[in-house]
Amino acid sequence: MARLNVNPTRMELSNLKRKLATATRGHKLLKDKRDELMRQFLEIVKSCQLLRQEVEKELVIAYQGFSAASALLSPEMIEQTFLYPKQSVEIDMSFQNVMSVQVPVYGIKTKTDEAADIFPYSFATTPAELDDSVLRLSALLSKMLTLAEKEKTVKLLAQEIEKTRRRVNALEYVMIPQYQETIRYIVMKLDENERGNTTRLMKVKDMVLKDAGYGREPA
Amino acid sequence: MYKAAVIGDRQSVMGFRALGLTVECAETPEQASGALHRLAETNHAVIYITEQLASKIPQEIAQYLDLPQVAVIPIPSKDGVLGIGDRELHSAVERAVGADILRSPDGD
Repeated sequence: MARLNVNPTRMELSNLKRKLATATRGHKLLKDKRDELMRQFLEIVKSCQLLRQEVEKELVIAYQGFSAASALLSPEMIEQTFLYPKQSVEIDMSFQNVMSVQVPVYGIKTKTDEAADIFPYSFATTPAELDDSVLRLSALLSKMLTLAEKEKTVKLLAQEIEKTRRRVNALEYVMIPQYQETIRYIVMKLDENERGNTTRLMKVKDMVLKDAGYGREPA
Repeated sequence: MYKAAVIGDRQSVMGFRALGLTVECAETPEQASGALHRLAETNHAVIYITEQLASKIPQEIAQYLDLPQVAVIPIPSKDGVLGIGDRELHSAVERAVGADILRSPDGD
């Protein structure tokens, strides 16, 4: 691992030691975050998969009714049937914080609460399959909304996990080894300087003593 | 206040109109992507799109992937389930975990 290009000074050393401590702490925190995100993510994904299968099945059944109805009615008639809906739906969106990821939570507000009151057409001119399908869809709506909420949460969490994972890996395999390597390099260099200094002093002392006539024989 | 919308072929989505959802009929990919962007800009928090159309405009849908305000959710159309919604879940897992751990061992 390449070491950083810094001057081997004590100042640099203490800076690097501080940085290493921060990086190690950050790495631990991010790792914890990733693990918790992953746990929640897998939980939601599993329930999401089941919910999706359920919704898809229900939708396909509802479509059958519409297909039957469009076989009996002309396209214009059907268009006219749904021309002016009675029901209206509004979505109340708030955000929930899951491990610092903002995920949407949907609430549903409908104009009429009565399930039988949503038909915008007269029963006299339309086949019964249409009524069934519309009722089925209306019962399915809240499930579809939950599905939307969960799928969005899954996607947002996936993005966050990917980001966190990259950060954890960068810290673990690049930053921290780099700092450790550089710190070791500086410590070595400083020690080497220290040893060089001691040797030089000994050498000078010998020379001074020799000049004064007290010299001992060089080894 | 936010709204919900459905994009799809006429026969698949007409029923949603009775529920009070915004319905955009689209037959071609161009119409669908136009409708998608229009709806996303006009306060629609949830946009359901039939898988048949969603499969033709993956790039347009991917734009909204990381936006928390707009959820684009594929649903089956009258022509049946294509499994795109399921595949999206798998790709989300792959993105998060690094491998698709939902996939069953027999390659399904």
